[in-house]
Amino acid sequence: MKTNDVILQFTAKIVFFIIFFYAVHIFFAGHYTPGGGFVGGLVTSSAIVLLIIAFDLKTVKSILPINYLYLVAVGLLLALGTAAFSMFVGEPFFTHFFDYFNLPILGKTSLHTAALFDLGVYLVVVGVTMTIIQTIGDDE
Amino acid sequence: MNNFLLLPIIIPFFFGMILMFGQKNISYQRVTSLVGLLISIVCAFLLLLNVYENGPQVVTFGDWPVPFGITMVADSISSLLVLTTLTLAFFIVWYGFKSIGKEREQFFYYPGVMFIITGVNGAFTTGDIFNLFVFFEVLLMSSYLLIVLGGEKAQLRESIKYILVNVLSSAFFVITVAFLYSVVGTLNMADISIKIAELNQPGILTVIAVLFLLVFGMKAAIFPLYFWLPSAYAAPPIPVLALFGALLTKVGVYAIMRTYTLFFTHDLAYTHELLLILSVITILAGCIGALAHFDVKQIIIYNIVIAVGVILFGVAQMNEVALEGAMFYLIHDMIIKAALFMLIGIVIYVTGTTNLRKMGGLMKTYPALGWFYIIAAFGLAGVPPLSGFVGKLLIVQGGFEAGNLWSSVFILASSIAVLLSVIRIFIYAFWGEQGTISPNVNPSTYKGLFIPTMLLVFISVAYGVGTEWITPFMDHAAKMLIDPSIYTDAVMKGGE
Repeated sequence: MKTNDVILQFTAKIVFFIIFFYAVHIFFAGHYTPGGGFVGGLVTSSAIVLLIIAFDLKTVKSILPINYLYLVAVGLLLALGTAAFSMFVGEPFFTHFFDYFNLPILGKTSLHTAALFDLGVYLVVVGVTMTIIQTIGDDE
Repeated sequence: MNNFLLLPIIIPFFFGMILMFGQKNISYQRVTSLVGLLISIVCAFLLLLNVYENGPQVVTFGDWPVPFGITMVADSISSLLVLTTLTLAFFIVWYGFKSIGKEREQFFYYPGVMFIITGVNGAFTTGDIFNLFVFFEVLLMSSYLLIVLGGEKAQLRESIKYILVNVLSSAFFVITVAFLYSVVGTLNMADISIKIAELNQPGILTVIAVLFLLVFGMKAAIFPLYFWLPSAYAAPPIPVLALFGALLTKVGVYAIMRTYTLFFTHDLAYTHELLLILSVITILAGCIGALAHFDVKQIIIYNIVIAVGVILFGVAQMNEVALEGAMFYLIHDMIIKAALFMLIGIVIYVTGTTNLRKMGGLMKTYPALGWFYIIAAFGLAGVPPLSGFVGKLLIVQGGFEAGNLWSSVFILASSIAVLLSVIRIFIYAFWGEQGTISPNVNPSTYKGLFIPTMLLVFISVAYGVGTEWITPFMDHAAKMLIDPSIYTDAVMKGGE
C-alpha cells in the first residue's frame, strides 16, 4: 500500500527554505551573536534531512546533486587557504584582515576574512553530516 | 614571526585534501602523495638547519601576543622528529604500493596517511597543551581510519578495542588539561612552565604530573597501560603497522619527554622515580612478550614496548647525557622499527605465514633479505657500528651518573633479550630446512617491497656510522631538554 504523505511533502517544501535561511542567518550572525559556521552547517544539514524524510534519498540526490565528500575537501581547502593567505603577505599564519566597506544596498558593512574561514567550517560540517546520513541510509 | 616552521605540517595537510579528489585514480593518488611527502621532507630538512643555526623558531597564530595565541615552536627536538616522521612516511608509502592492495588505495588510504602525518608533525611542533590534544585527536582519528580500512574480521574486532582505549585516554587528557588550567590558568606550554616554577610545584601539580603520565603512557604503551597494543597492532596490514609502530607510540613518548622536562621538574624524587620504575617494568614486560611469542609480528610489536621503556628510562635520569641518549634512541627506534616491520612484511609475503615454526631456509632463496634483516636486527640490539649503540650507551652512562647502578645494568641486560628475540626470527626463518613458501610470489612485487626497505636499512646504518655528524643536533636537543629556560625564553621573546 502506498502511503499518501502529501501534507508532509508540501510542508517540507516550505519549511526547508525557512530552515535554510535561518541557517544562513546564524552563519552570518556568528561574529556578534551566538552562531557561526558549525551551528549553521548543522541546521543546513537538518533542513536537507527533513527533505530526505519527506521524500527519499534518491529524490533528494537528484534535486541536490552534490558529492558531499568533495564538499568536505573544498571546505578544508577554503579554511586552509584563508589561514595560509596571511603567510604570503608576510604575516603569521592565521592572521585575519577586516575593513569597512560601503556596499550598494547594505550600506556600511564590516567584512572580515574570518567569515571565509567560517564558510570552510560550514561546508565541512554540511559535508560530513550528509555523508554520514547518506552512507548509513544507503546501507542495506 | 616565521611561518616556515609550519610548512612540514601544512604541506601534508594540503596534499591530504587534494587527495580526497580523484579517489579511484590510483596513479594520481600514488604520485601526489609521494610528491607531497618529498616537498615536506625538503622543508623539514631546511627547518632543521635553520633551527640549528638560529635557535628555536616560534610563530604565534594570528599575530597575537604570546600567552594569548596558539604558539608553534620548532626546536631541535621537534624538527629532528618531524624530519624523521616524514622520511619514514615516504618509505612506508612507497612500500605500500605493492602490498596495501587496490581496494584500500581507492578508499582514502593516502589521505589517511597524509592526515596522520599532519597530526604527528603538529603534535611534535605545538607549543600549546590544548593544541597538543587537538593534534593527538587528528592523528588518532586518522589511525582509526587506517586500522579499520579493509574491514577484515580481525581489524573490526581490534579497532573496537583500540578506539575504546583511545577515547578513554583522550577523555583523561581533557580532564588533566582542565585540572592544569584551573591551577595555573594558562595553556601555553612555555607560560605553564614559568607558572609552575613560580608555584614551586605544590602537591596538586604532582598529581597532575602523574595524570599526564597516565594519559601519555596509555598512548605510548608503558607498563600497566600497554595491554591494548599487541593485539591492536597485529590487525592492520604491514604498511599501516609500520606507520603505527614507528610513529604513534613515539608521539606519546615525546609528550612525556616534553612535560617531564619542561613542566614537572621540581619534585624529581617522586615523579621521575615513578617514571624510572615504570620504565624498568615496561622493559621487563616487553622482553617477556618478545621472547614468549612465535609470531613474527608479535615479536617486533613487543620490541616497541621495550624501546619505549628504554627511552623513558633515559628521560627519568634528568641529566644531559641521558637525555641526549634518549633523543638518539628515539630517532633510532623510529627508523629501525619501520625497517623491521617492512622486513618481516616481506618475510610474511614470501612465506605466506606469520608463524615462525613453519618458516625456514629462506637464506638459500632470498640471501639479500637475510643479510638486511640481520643488519637491522643487530642495529636494534645496539651492536657498535650500527644505530642503536650510541643512544643506549649514553642512556646507560647517564644512568650511572645519576647513581642508578642496578637499573642501568638491567638496561644493558635487556639488550640481550632484544637480540635473542630478533635473532630467533633469523634462525627460524632463514636457517635450517626449507619451510613453507607462498606459491604466488611475484618477483616484481618482491622487488617493489624490497627496494624501499633496503634504502631504509641503509639510512639506519648511516645514522649509526654517521653519529659524528648527528651529535651536534642531539647536543642542541639535550641542552633544550635539560634547561627549560631556553625554551621559555625563545617563546616569550618571540611574541614581542
